[in-house]
Amino acid sequence: MVTSITSFGRSGLYDWLVQRITALVLGCYTVFLVVFFLSNPGLNFQDWTSLHAQLPVRIFSLMALFSLGAHCWIGLWSVSTDYIKPFGYRFLFQVVVGAAMFIYIVWGIQLLWGF
Amino acid sequence: MLNVSIYRYHPEQDEKPHMQDFQVDTSGKDLMVLDVLFSIKEQDSSVVFRRSCREGVCGSDGMNINGKNGLACITPLSSCVKKNKLVLRPLPGLPVVRDLVVDMGQFYKQYEKVKPYLLNDTPAPAIERLQTPQERAKLDGLYECILCACCSTACPSFWWNPDKFIGPAGLLQSYRFLADSRDTATQERLAELDDPFSVFRCHGIMNCVNVCPKGLNPTRAIGHIRNMLLDRAT
Ligand code: SF4
Ligand code: SF4
Ligand code: FES
Repeated sequence: MVTSITSFGRSGLYDWLVQRITALVLGCYTVFLVVFFLSNPGLNFQDWTSLHAQLPVRIFSLMALFSLGAHCWIGLWSVSTDYIKPFGYRFLFQVVVGAAMFIYIVWGIQLLWGF
Repeated sequence: MLNVSIYRYHPEQDEKPHMQDFQVDTSGKDLMVLDVLFSIKEQDSSVVFRRSCREGVCGSDGMNINGKNGLACITPLSSCVKKNKLVLRPLPGLPVVRDLVVDMGQFYKQYEKVKPYLLNDTPAPAIERLQTPQERAKLDGLYECILCACCSTACPSFWWNPDKFIGPAGLLQSYRFLADSRDTATQERLAELDDPFSVFRCHGIMNCVNVCPKGLNPTRAIGHIRNMLLDRAT
């Protein structure tokens, strides 16, 4: 058993499963957006805001946002432990990525519910 | 004449490794790479490599042959030589002791971690622990491993974290005991593996499967371990 306290869920299995599920959510969300763009060629701000005013879309967007945060954290944490060997730089990188993900999520919530 | 280029390094004397070129007369025969090394040894006795069984059983002569890990003794020139050139290097990712000889310490440490022996807390029967032919069949493709390290040293995940990721060879053996009907420590074994490194550093690149000289499939074994962990935790 290798201990690590900076990984997403401590358990390797948990991280692995979260990575798979979040990938699925992000994939579905991408398909959803692409389909939306394709079926609305002359898209204007009005259409865009009315799409995001609907609760199910907001829930879906929020889910995608959380998924993005978790997915990036797990992926980049893994990259950092592969390639950044000096502890100080590795930890710094993890802090920056963690902070960025947190900021994105809060900012995203603000965007979704703020208007 | 076959052109052979060999990695030379004597850590106590050389500042850095270099490649040394040799010419070997194969008399047009499809020799094994190990035979070529023997004739090079006659030209220059300071060239160092490991070998023992010379028939793919002991796992001593794992090395990087024209860019691909394999056992020198069972790799015919016809399967690896291109443009009449043979390049031999030590297994990648492990410290070099001398020339083609690497320090396998890290590799064995990972092997030790998986407790590669039968654990059974029930009283020993008078003669032996029996298995059905079906139970025995589950060990096929697992027990044949000769620990040559060709797979683990071809695995990028093992290169970056040789102290934390068990690597394909160790994990194949781990599954060999997880799958054994006579072993009673399955839960304890699984509990030891559920961290972000031991098993989950495997990204399914399948370099290990690609190089195993015994034709084994560590990636599949790792998939089975993952499924056992999932089954246990969901
Ligand atoms: S799995 Fe194959 S390549 Fe890996 S150590 Fe065993 S025999 Fe060698
Ligand atoms: S499949 Fe896994 S163990 Fe095999 S080489 Fe790839 S990362 Fe390594
Ligand atoms: S010398 Fe034994 S495996 Fe090659």
